[in-house]
Amino acid sequence: MSETGIGARVKRKEDQRFITGKGQYTDDINLKGQTYAYFVRSPHAHASIKSINTAKARKMPGVVGVFTGDDVSADKIGGLICGWMIHSKDGSPMKAGPHPILAQGKVRYVGDHVAVVVAETKEQAKAAAAAVAVSYGVLPHVVDAGKAMKSNAQVHDVAPDNRVFNWSLGDEAATDAALKSAAHVTKIDLVNNRLIPNAMEPRAAIGSYDTGTESYTLYTTSQNPHVARLVISAFHGLAPEHKLRVIAPDVGGGFGSKIFIYAEEVVCVWASKRIGGRPIKWTAERTESFLADAHGRDHVTHAELATDSSGKIVGFKVHTTASLGAYLSTFSSCVPTYLYATLLSGQYNIANIYAEVDTVYTNTAPVDAYRGAGRPEATYVVERIVETAARELKMDPAEFRRRNFVTSFPHQTPVIMCYDAGDYAAALDKALDMADYKGFAERKAASARAGKLRGVGFSAYIEACGIAPSAAIGSLGAGVGLWESAEVRVNPVGSVEVLTGSHSHGQGHETTFAQLVSDRLGIDINNVSIVHGDTDKVQFGMGTYGSRSGAVGMTAISKALDKIEAKAKKVAAAVMEASVDDVEFNNGSFTVKGTDKKMAFGEVALSAYVAHKFNSSEIEPGLKEGAFHDPANFVFPAGVHICEVEIDPDTGVTTVANYVAVDDFGNVINPMIVEGQVHGGIVQGIGQA
Amino acid sequence: MENFAYHRPAKVADAVKAMKKAKDGKFLSGGHTLIPALKQGLANPTDLIDLSGLNKGGVKVGAKSVTVSAGTAHADVAADKGLKKAIPGVAILAGGIGDPHVRHRGTIGGSVANNDPAADYPSACLALGATIHTSERKIPAEKFFTGMFSTALKSSEVITAVEFPIPKKSGYAKFPNPASLYAMVGVFVAQMGDGSVRVAVTGAGPGVFRVPEMEAALAKNFSAKSLEGLSVKSKGLNSDMHASAEYRAHLIGVMARRAVTAAK
Repeated sequence: MSETGIGARVKRKEDQRFITGKGQYTDDINLKGQTYAYFVRSPHAHASIKSINTAKARKMPGVVGVFTGDDVSADKIGGLICGWMIHSKDGSPMKAGPHPILAQGKVRYVGDHVAVVVAETKEQAKAAAAAVAVSYGVLPHVVDAGKAMKSNAQVHDVAPDNRVFNWSLGDEAATDAALKSAAHVTKIDLVNNRLIPNAMEPRAAIGSYDTGTESYTLYTTSQNPHVARLVISAFHGLAPEHKLRVIAPDVGGGFGSKIFIYAEEVVCVWASKRIGGRPIKWTAERTESFLADAHGRDHVTHAELATDSSGKIVGFKVHTTASLGAYLSTFSSCVPTYLYATLLSGQYNIANIYAEVDTVYTNTAPVDAYRGAGRPEATYVVERIVETAARELKMDPAEFRRRNFVTSFPHQTPVIMCYDAGDYAAALDKALDMADYKGFAERKAASARAGKLRGVGFSAYIEACGIAPSAAIGSLGAGVGLWESAEVRVNPVGSVEVLTGSHSHGQGHETTFAQLVSDRLGIDINNVSIVHGDTDKVQFGMGTYGSRSGAVGMTAISKALDKIEAKAKKVAAAVMEASVDDVEFNNGSFTVKGTDKKMAFGEVALSAYVAHKFNSSEIEPGLKEGAFHDPANFVFPAGVHICEVEIDPDTGVTTVANYVAVDDFGNVINPMIVEGQVHGGIVQGIGQA
Repeated sequence: MENFAYHRPAKVADAVKAMKKAKDGKFLSGGHTLIPALKQGLANPTDLIDLSGLNKGGVKVGAKSVTVSAGTAHADVAADKGLKKAIPGVAILAGGIGDPHVRHRGTIGGSVANNDPAADYPSACLALGATIHTSERKIPAEKFFTGMFSTALKSSEVITAVEFPIPKKSGYAKFPNPASLYAMVGVFVAQMGDGSVRVAVTGAGPGVFRVPEMEAALAKNFSAKSLEGLSVKSKGLNSDMHASAEYRAHLIGVMARRAVTAAK
């Protein structure tokens, strides 16, 4: 292992600019003639819009324009879309209500975007927004997922009982039979509460229309700028893709919330043309982030787990009602379905699983993928019921898990997934040892003597990462493929630029991707730069979410590097007057088998560009290759976390006494970065708990 | 935030004068409540009179009382050696207000004048029988705190110092809101030289209040044991997303016992 190759704790290259205040986030960018947008938002959970009077606002100082849903209609700008079609059990398609970029006739949650004011300064825009007079007719509302289907509040005309779809996965009859004949059935009711993502950098956008070239540019806080361009072009109908450039510069955290295409970003880029091409900047205030970023989770679940007399799980039945909020966000429909129910087998060998999911509209902010997106929700249900079953059966919870682990691979679960590899017992053993599980009884007694309660909890989780095999998800309703692209450009001096469709917004790709290149080409990591986040530079890409950038994005880079190596060998063979089959490449040097002929990678790169020593009709000059990678399967990292807590019964305050994480992530590229991500994930989980 | 005229007088009399002249003026001390209120548009004064130019003075420990100048930051109160020895409860209270940023900007005068129902200082003032010195007069704590965010201060009156009598023992325990670190319940217990005891509760109700039953029990025997079985009725206590009135009532008992145990 080299000091900067795969597996090395390389310090993050991007941190130099981040920790010295030199990062260029969307809000740091200022364009000539820039104006500022401020959105008028609904103060009501559900109301009809009787009228919007913008006359006073238009006369306020500095106001450049005020736009409402009528202007959007006039320009025939399409609504926001949900890119994954889910069909109900009865075969009917999901009921997608309209989601205009500025409200038309109705508002459906507090924070819904009603109108926008564009002014010379942010303060002027905000002051004028307060002067926009909206007359509302308040309607009955529903915010509780569990009550939505019985509510008298109807969020969308298209869904009379507020149900978006009623979907199922697995064999209901077989699962019912297993439950009926089981020695014991454990039942549990759970609420997985709604979460607000809260990335450090709020969402922001600058939309700009160039009257000279009749093209648009959108700077935006996106995890997937190409998908944003595709949607804004194809569905909002703003401009064809070659007339729309989307740039996602430094982005300060996403956690899923910046995957989606939101109204505000589309409004900024659309309205720029309306004001004669002046750029329009919008940066969310923190309150707006709470109100108008897509939220996560919001599940209400009933689950039943059947066990036989030996403590073996024989059946698992789950019903979940999941709120999707007031509108279907970009990927909302796949989260409580294919990203959730497919993981309900956990690490366990369960012959029969049946999951049914009702998704509902409520008068709340849209709910979409957030940090794990469906998979943590599945783990929560599985691990809570497994723990409860062990306690009911009076079995040691670790032993109960071990007895039910999948032990042979590949393992086909009853819920689509085929696990490729794993050793779940090894992770459990290691975690039990690290947590000193044997000593728990004594620690509990010591806490009791001090008037405290002590408990221990487990999570033996599995995740489907590396999203996703395109054809497979296409057959399940996805509107896009989830491959990734890469282009490797070797410069004449041997330095390398990698253009990737992945997008780094905290993950450290500029380091980890460069580690791959350094490792493969045997060159200094400082001679590698990673380019991402600009649709004019990177041809196409699907972006970063679903734990896909390492598994899918880096594999695309690896494939491109294979091509670079093959091409460079041809060049080296020509220069060294050898057969290409005799050229070997190791540690950055090309050598000819059985001779002392040798060329460094940089020399071969220069030779490829000067093109003096080979026949250009046989070998093209230059050294640049691209590749697309579509994964054959998901990858399945798994592990065991053990948390020991102490509770003060006088106050109810819970403190984490110890936390142990054992994670099998396979081939770790940068342990330091991975540890940071695990720490962040644990803190997020503790936060929700 | 709206525009306002900014003043930074060097003398108390000038601060009062500026306030009298202002159409809708506000005094600014550490600004930890006022500045967020300005940013959110909840307060839109015409004039902001910054008191940071006034003589700060700090902490003066006398024979019978400790006088803390109004502009003294919480961190300076917490770190004062003389105060720590004389009234340890006040030092502990000041050292537990908010986070380090708050403690280095927020001042005792600002906290007392704002009388946030979840602020820490009002409990110490009431339990110790402090005297609030102002530009015009001296006001006993019993008469100073008049309800949620309201005090006996006139609109152009400036607090100059808070004077705490030195007790035999004092202790403070609070259950902080985990996000804001304001007191969800804070209890200050003071045993005075004559053996009398005062127990003041902040955070739990619409304003700081005393608990006579606890005071009587502690006057007989100043120990946590004396408080066992004593509770405060939940009726009238705050009930919000952070804690129900019943939980707050329960925490008053717990925090009172802890304050007594910690009292020095």
